[in-house]
Amino acid sequence: MPHARVNDFTIRVATVNGSGSQSSNLVLSNAIYRLGIPVAPKNVFPSNIEGLPTWFDVRVTAKGYQCRARDVDVLVALNAATWREDVATVRPGGIVVHESAYPLDAQTHRDDVTYFAVPFAEMGKKHFANGDLRKYLVNMIYVGVLGELVGLDDATIEAAVNTQFRSKPAAVETNMQAVRIGIEYAREHLAKQDAFRLEPMRGKTDGTLFMDGNRAAALGCIMGGCTVAAWYPITPSSSLCESFIAFAERYRVDAKTGEKNVAVVQAEDELAAAGMVFGAGWAGARAMTSTSGPGLSLMAEYAGFGYYAEIPGVIFDVQRAGPSTGLPTRTMQGDVAFAYTLSHGDTKHVVLLPATVEEAYAFAMEAFDLAERFQTPVFVLSDLDLGMNAWMSTPLPYPEKPFDRGKVLSAEDLAKLESWGRYRDVDGDGIPYRTLPGTNHERAGFFTRGTGHDEQARYSENPQTWQHGLERLVRKHDTARTRVPQPVADDAGRTVGLIAYGTTHHAVVEARDILHDDGFDVDYLRVRALPLSSGVASFIERHDRVYVVEQNRDGQLYGILRTELPANLVSRVHSIRHYNGVPIDAYAVAQPLLAAERQPA
Amino acid sequence: MSTTNLNIIGLARDVYKGLPTTLCAGCGHNSITNHLIKALYEFGVEPHRLAKMSGIGCSSKTPAYFVEQAHGFNGLHGRMPSAATGAKLANRELLVLGVSGDGDTASIGLGQYCHMIRRNLDCTYLVENNGCYGLTKGQFSATADAGSKQKNGKINEFTGIDLCGLAVELGASFVARSFSGDGKQLVPLLQAAFAHRGTAILDIVSPCVTFNDHVGSTKSYAYVKEHGFALHTPDFIIGSKEIEVEYEPGAVQDIAFEDGSHVLLRKLERDYDPTSRLGALAVIDETRERGELVTGLLYVDTAARDLCEREQLTQTPLAHLKEDDLRISREEWARLTAPLA
Repeated sequence: MPHARVNDFTIRVATVNGSGSQSSNLVLSNAIYRLGIPVAPKNVFPSNIEGLPTWFDVRVTAKGYQCRARDVDVLVALNAATWREDVATVRPGGIVVHESAYPLDAQTHRDDVTYFAVPFAEMGKKHFANGDLRKYLVNMIYVGVLGELVGLDDATIEAAVNTQFRSKPAAVETNMQAVRIGIEYAREHLAKQDAFRLEPMRGKTDGTLFMDGNRAAALGCIMGGCTVAAWYPITPSSSLCESFIAFAERYRVDAKTGEKNVAVVQAEDELAAAGMVFGAGWAGARAMTSTSGPGLSLMAEYAGFGYYAEIPGVIFDVQRAGPSTGLPTRTMQGDVAFAYTLSHGDTKHVVLLPATVEEAYAFAMEAFDLAERFQTPVFVLSDLDLGMNAWMSTPLPYPEKPFDRGKVLSAEDLAKLESWGRYRDVDGDGIPYRTLPGTNHERAGFFTRGTGHDEQARYSENPQTWQHGLERLVRKHDTARTRVPQPVADDAGRTVGLIAYGTTHHAVVEARDILHDDGFDVDYLRVRALPLSSGVASFIERHDRVYVVEQNRDGQLYGILRTELPANLVSRVHSIRHYNGVPIDAYAVAQPLLAAERQPA
Repeated sequence: MSTTNLNIIGLARDVYKGLPTTLCAGCGHNSITNHLIKALYEFGVEPHRLAKMSGIGCSSKTPAYFVEQAHGFNGLHGRMPSAATGAKLANRELLVLGVSGDGDTASIGLGQYCHMIRRNLDCTYLVENNGCYGLTKGQFSATADAGSKQKNGKINEFTGIDLCGLAVELGASFVARSFSGDGKQLVPLLQAAFAHRGTAILDIVSPCVTFNDHVGSTKSYAYVKEHGFALHTPDFIIGSKEIEVEYEPGAVQDIAFEDGSHVLLRKLERDYDPTSRLGALAVIDETRERGELVTGLLYVDTAARDLCEREQLTQTPLAHLKEDDLRISREEWARLTAPLA
């Protein structure tokens, strides 16, 4: 008998979409987390409302790894359609809890796993008369069964059930009834197992939150002073605006008058949503939209306008797998290169790359400051993994700084100025001054346009004027380089380095431990924004070889680096890519790196 | 200069002028610009409160030719309604004036046009309608009537989109049609549109002298003069003025706007009730069958709630709100983001 795996294993629940397993999976995750054990839930779901297979992984991880685990240790099989393939994914030594009606035949019977057959359907029929509720409650039965098998007490489960159903307390008792049915069944009928066990921990989860990135970004929008939100529903970004709406209804409505300090418009498409953002930004409001790849494609036209006419606006892109409609419910870091230069002509945007829930919150807030400071569209590129999965997070700090509203001239300012020009670079940082419509001064008005214009915002086709305008925009971009979130590096002077961004970070954290155990320590730099800080090039300069890890087929940041790095550094940069739609795991980083490093010279 | 040359807010007419036009001599759009200047001047629009919005095309250039002091937003082809929506939501004190054309509105921008109307965004929306794409040299637009002839002899095979009929169908709260050459009718209609709270659609036939003013075109000066059908003669009475002229009973319909101003519609050949949607659709359809261009205030509903009202926006422009108005309090934040919340 191998040693028990304590607080270090992965549970996979395989169900049919629409059967309501999301609640039970969140209860399970939350209950384990309540024992002080870090968890990393990952929902791998279909683009479908009902009927297609769906999987939910709960990674139990004493070390606090937040990336997806490659292997499954404990399977809960509740989908007849995928029963065969699900059994095959379990690691030798693992356990399989399954609907007892499923056949154990030549294809599904393995000698290296332990089976626990449970008559879920039958118990559901026996205990729950209401057919509509039954399918949900059957899922709560497996929470009880699993709890008994791995050591989750019913009080902890009950606390998690209370959290899950806090908005409908009446549901708590029925759900707990189902949990207890599972516990009882396991006690009476299932043999004890001690291959996988939970033991309460201390110090790893204290003070942390459990939140998805979209909700955190919505909080960032509220605290960042966003007053206009325009959106078009699209997976996986919808819950960002929906969370924003929920917070706005709570915190932006005057209790006495019902008047709102916010406007939210569900637009006719993503291009209109972008138009509303830039119209509002032009008129002085902090405005945002959230979308995913296909919506970003539609927004390209207004993104270029915002860049050239110099109008603030914040665009969240919760990336999903493309090209085209692609895999709408699977993850990718697929829009980095596209967002960076979104629109035709010479266009370069500011792009923020949050990796954690705390950054989803903080970068959302910061995006509004940067957009107004630089009078430009700011893109915040999250992804489905960060946006829609729940993560353990450090606390979200209360903002201590006032909004940075950038260079805006008031009527009083204008009265003191002899002249001003909307696109004049007065301070040498490439950032001009603007006025807002409604400013009561006869010299406040100017004509905003996407056509060629001079420093006074007058129409111009003059070659020199055009070129000077484009060059000032480059100066502005270079100023932004030093003001966007700077990279975070762990640089101990090793020979080899890793570069990653966004959610790939979590796989790199675990991969570095795997590499360390293998006697191969690597340095690490996490890029947090575009344009690239000069720190990226100096990190590469200090290393012989640097591997850029990302979740797309074409190595998009790798490509940007190759374009922008000094020529002598280009050959030091290599690329590791993951692009199958499910979040990257640590081995997808460590294995190709070791393979490249250990190949004979 | 004597004070008689100043408008009700004490500004001279010159303040409402803009840069010299760069459109062709004789273009209907230039006449509309002049009528707009008159309408804005007489109405007493404060230049700093005016937001001139436009898309792309000949018509969309015209905001540069009036009220130079005002802020202008010359955006993207067909996408001005969305920018206008954002601007109005950001600052509801702005008087939003959109200037578009038939290519801009009826083809590339038809979706945004429809949804602006559906939301009843408070703005004046002009379509300077010449039935063709002027800047790209005369291609048919989607408002060209079936059977009308292009300058090179091509006949349009497709049904023209009637932007007024569509607007009424979509639930617009103010729909009027006029002609660039009829300032007497257009100026009071423009002023009524400014006074109206909600989307005010003004479809103005505005001949393109270069590409669409020939025999066989239904958007030429000659065609409109011959086939124009005016429903009534409008007079605009600004809020502060008393109605001095007396009319025979039944000869005038009085439409009162929220700001206290009125538009008086003096009856012509037939009775017409601009508060009836079905009546509006019927007259649009009948005149179209007869090859006529119906003009006047086709439909108005002064009670319709506009977007800002429906959204219950605070009276303070959103753009002016500060940290204390917008951030969650420290105590509530601690509660909201407590561990295991």
